[in-house]
Amino acid sequence: MKRRKLLQYAALATGASLIPIGVNGWAFRSVAQTKNPKRLIVIFLRGGVDGLNVVVPHQEADYYESRPTIALPKPGEKGGVIDLNGQFGLNPALKDIIPLWKQGNLAFIHACGSTDSTRSHFDAQDYMETGTPGVKDTPDGWMNRLLAVLPQGEITQAVNLGDTPPRILAGERPVTHLATGKKGTSPLSLDNPRVNEAFASLYAGNDALSLAYQEGEKARQILLADLTSEMKDANKGAPLPDNFAADARRLAQLMKGDARTQLGFMALGGWDSHVNENDLLNRSLTPLGEGLAALVQELGPLYSQTAIIVFSEFGRTVRENGNKGTDHGHGNVIWVLGGSVRGGQVYGTWPGLAESELYEGRDLAITTDWRDAIAPLLTQHLQVTPDNLAHVFPGYTPQTPPNFLA
Amino acid sequence: MKLKTSVLLLIIGVILGLGILIFRPATSLAEETEVLHAINRLSFGPKPGEIEQVKTMGIEAYIQAQLTPESIPEPPQITQKLNQWEALQLTPVELFNNYGPPKKQNGEKPSQEELKAYRQKMNKIRVQAVDGHLLRAIASPRQLQEVMVDFWFNHFNVFVLKAPQTQLWTGNYEETIRKHSLGKFRDLLGATASHPAMLFYLDNWRNTAPDSPGARGPFQGLNENYARELMELHTLGVDGGYTQEDVIALARILTGWGISASGDKGDGKSGFFFDEKRHDFGDKVFLGTTIKGTGAAEVEQALDILATHPNTARFISYKLAQYFVADQPPATLVDSLTKTFQDTDGDIRTVMETLVTSQEFSDPQYYRQKFKTPYQYVISLVRSADLQDVNLSAINGILGQMGMPVYGCITPDGYKNTQEAWLNPDGMLRRLSLATTVANGKLDKSEPLDPVQLSKTLGNNFSEKTKKVIETTPPNLRADLILGSPEMMYR
Repeated sequence: MKRRKLLQYAALATGASLIPIGVNGWAFRSVAQTKNPKRLIVIFLRGGVDGLNVVVPHQEADYYESRPTIALPKPGEKGGVIDLNGQFGLNPALKDIIPLWKQGNLAFIHACGSTDSTRSHFDAQDYMETGTPGVKDTPDGWMNRLLAVLPQGEITQAVNLGDTPPRILAGERPVTHLATGKKGTSPLSLDNPRVNEAFASLYAGNDALSLAYQEGEKARQILLADLTSEMKDANKGAPLPDNFAADARRLAQLMKGDARTQLGFMALGGWDSHVNENDLLNRSLTPLGEGLAALVQELGPLYSQTAIIVFSEFGRTVRENGNKGTDHGHGNVIWVLGGSVRGGQVYGTWPGLAESELYEGRDLAITTDWRDAIAPLLTQHLQVTPDNLAHVFPGYTPQTPPNFLA
Repeated sequence: MKLKTSVLLLIIGVILGLGILIFRPATSLAEETEVLHAINRLSFGPKPGEIEQVKTMGIEAYIQAQLTPESIPEPPQITQKLNQWEALQLTPVELFNNYGPPKKQNGEKPSQEELKAYRQKMNKIRVQAVDGHLLRAIASPRQLQEVMVDFWFNHFNVFVLKAPQTQLWTGNYEETIRKHSLGKFRDLLGATASHPAMLFYLDNWRNTAPDSPGARGPFQGLNENYARELMELHTLGVDGGYTQEDVIALARILTGWGISASGDKGDGKSGFFFDEKRHDFGDKVFLGTTIKGTGAAEVEQALDILATHPNTARFISYKLAQYFVADQPPATLVDSLTKTFQDTDGDIRTVMETLVTSQEFSDPQYYRQKFKTPYQYVISLVRSADLQDVNLSAINGILGQMGMPVYGCITPDGYKNTQEAWLNPDGMLRRLSLATTVANGKLDKSEPLDPVQLSKTLGNNFSEKTKKVIETTPPNLRADLILGSPEMMYR
C-alpha cells in the first residue's frame, strides 16, 4: 500500500502522464471503454429558470399580454429573440449555441417538467435529483443509481464539478467531487508524501471518513494528472479563469483523459428572477451559452458520443409580477445537445398560454414528464435496460418519449 | 434559582479570574467524556484549559452560564475591536448614507474614481462584518450565543453579495439576530421580518398592491418571494399545511412592508418603512383566519399566527434537535422541545434548557455523532490551537474553498449541518490539508504546535486506533494527525 503510494508520487514528480492506479484500474478502464464509450453531462439550473424567456413562444399574443415589460421582442426587432422555427425564438443572450442549433444537434423539449405541484425550490430540486417526485424519503440520487447500473469504471467515472456534493449523485456508488475554479487543482499540504502517508494509516479503515479519504486521494491523483497536463498544453501554463466555461472545459478534459469520466454533473445557481428578470437572464444566460459552446469545443470528437441535458426545478409564472420579474411556477423547457440528438427542433406538445390552458390558472402546463425526456438518454444513448431504467426511476411508468435521438 | 446561579457564577468568575484551580475533583472517564460532549455541542470546541475549567465549575454551572450569555463578561480585546468596526456600530440608515452608492451630483453621474472608492469602502464594511463574526466565534467566551447565531443566521439566511445594500447591512442584521438568539422566537421573527437586509434579500421591499396609489416605478405589483419563504423556511416548514392561496394572502398582507434606506421615511435609523400607499387594504383569509385590511398591523397579526402555530413549534424544535443532537433527531426529544416551545410562547432559552438537560442530549449514543460543518471544523481548529493573531479574512478564504464562506449561502435555506451535506472526498482532503497547515504553525506564522499540549486541550480523548497511529508516527507529524483525526471531525 505504502509502496504503491510512493510510486504514484514518483510518477507525478517525474511528470509522467500515466499513473499506475493498480492493475484493476487498468482492467476496468479497458472494459468500460469497449463496452460503453457514451458520455452524459447533466447541467442543473438551480433557482427555477424562466423557460418562457429562454425559448420564447413569439407567435403567442398571450405571451406578450402576460408580460408587458419583460416579454422579449419578436425576431428582427431590437433586442428580439433569435428565431428557431417560426414558433419559438431563443433568448439572444444564448447566441453562442445558435451554431449547434443550426448544425442540428441542439433540441428543446417545451412544456416539460416535474408533475409534482410543489413551488418550493428545495422540494422541487430534491425531487428532480432523487428522481422520485412527491417522495421525500428517497435516500439516493438518480445519477448515482444510474452509475450503479453502468459497467464499472474508474473512481472518476462520475464527477460532480461543484463545491458541495449534490443530492443527484448521493448514494452507494463512490463519485468524485472536483471543486470549481482554480481551487479544484491548486496544491494542498496533503500532497506532501510524508503527510499523506501518515493520514493514509489513520484512514485505512472502511468507515465513512476513511472511505471519503481513500476515494479523494485516488481521484485526486487522476484529476491532477489529467487537468495539470491538459491545462499546460491548452493555456501554455496560464491558469484558467474561474468561470463556468473554464469548469466546463475541465469536465471535458476529464471525459477525454485518463479519468474516463462518463457521467458529469454541474449546477449553476442564481436563476430565481423575482426582480428585473431580463437583466438577470442576460447576466446568467450569456456565460451558460459560452460554457456550453466551450464544452462542445473541448470535447472535440468525443462530442459525437456525448449527450448534454440542461434543466431546472420548475418554470415561472406566465404573468410577470410587480417587479419586472416572475414568481415560482410549473412547466419549463429542457435543453438537449449531443452528437446523436436530432436537433433543430422544439419537441413536446405545446399547450399554449391561454388562461384556460394554464396550470392552476397561472403557470405553463406540463405535457411531457421530465423523466420521459431523460429516459431516451439512458435507454438509447447509455444502453440502460428497461429493468435498470426502473431502478434509476422507481415508480415511473415510461410514456412515449419525445423522439429526439437519432 | 436565578440568584443562586449568579452567586455561583460570581464565585467561579473570581476563581477563574485569579487563574487558580484550587481543587481538581477526581473525575471518571465517563464524566470527562460528558464534559467534552457539553463543550463540543455548546461551543465551537475546547480551547486550551477549557476542559479543566468546566470540570472545576461543573457541567451544570457551565450550561447555565452559557444559557445566560449576558452573565459572562466579553473580554476587552474583543469589545475594543468590535467597537471600532462601523459595520457593527452604525445603523442601517447611517451605513447606507455613509457608504451606499454615490448619487448624481448636479445631474452628473459619479466618476469612475468615485465608483471605485465607493466599492472599496463598501467592501471594507462587508469585511468588518465577516471579521466580527469570526472573531466572536473564535474568541468569545459567550460560546453558546455564537453557536445560536450560527444556527439562526442560517435559519433566517441572507446572502451578503446579493446587492450593495446587503453588503452594508448584513453585519447589523447579525447583531439583531444575536440580540434575540436566546430570547422569544416571536421577537426574533419580527426583527428579521422588519430588517432591511431580509426585506432586500427576499425582495419584499418591492412587494406592492397592483392598484394601489403607490404602484409605480419599481413598485408595480405582488412579489411572493418573502411570503413563501417566511412560511416554508422561517416558520411552518414546507409541509406545514399552507396552500398557494395562503402564499398570495400573505404576500398581499406584506404589501408596502419595505425599506427607506436613506431614512427620510420611517424612524430614520432602522431603514424599515411601511408604505401604506402601496398596501393592499382589502381583507384577506390567511391560514383560515380573516385578517381585516388595516395596514402594518396585519403583518404583526400574521407573524403572531405563524409564531404560535403548532407546526412552527415543531419545525423549529426539529431543526434545533438536528443541530444539537443528531442528524436524525430522536422523536421523543423533538416532542418535548415542541411542548416547551408551546408552553413558553416560544422562549428559546427555555427550549434550549430543555434540550441540553434532556436525557437524549446526554445519551452517549449521540456523542461525537455530529459531523462538523466546514465552518465548525475550521473554528474548532483555531480554538484548539489557540491561534492569537490569525488573519480573519484568510480564515474566510479557507471557508470559501471548503464551500462555506461566512454569509455566502446564496439560497434562503442557509447552510445545512448534516454529515450527508458535508462529508465528501474532496472536502476530506481539504480538511486534512488545513489540519497540517495549522499544526505546522503556517496559518498564523508561528511555531509548530506541541502535540502533547494539543492532545491535552482536546481531553486526550481518542480511540485506541487513533492513539496507536499517532504513537507510531514521527513526532513532527503528530499534531497534524491530532487535528485531522476522526475525533476532531465530529462534535
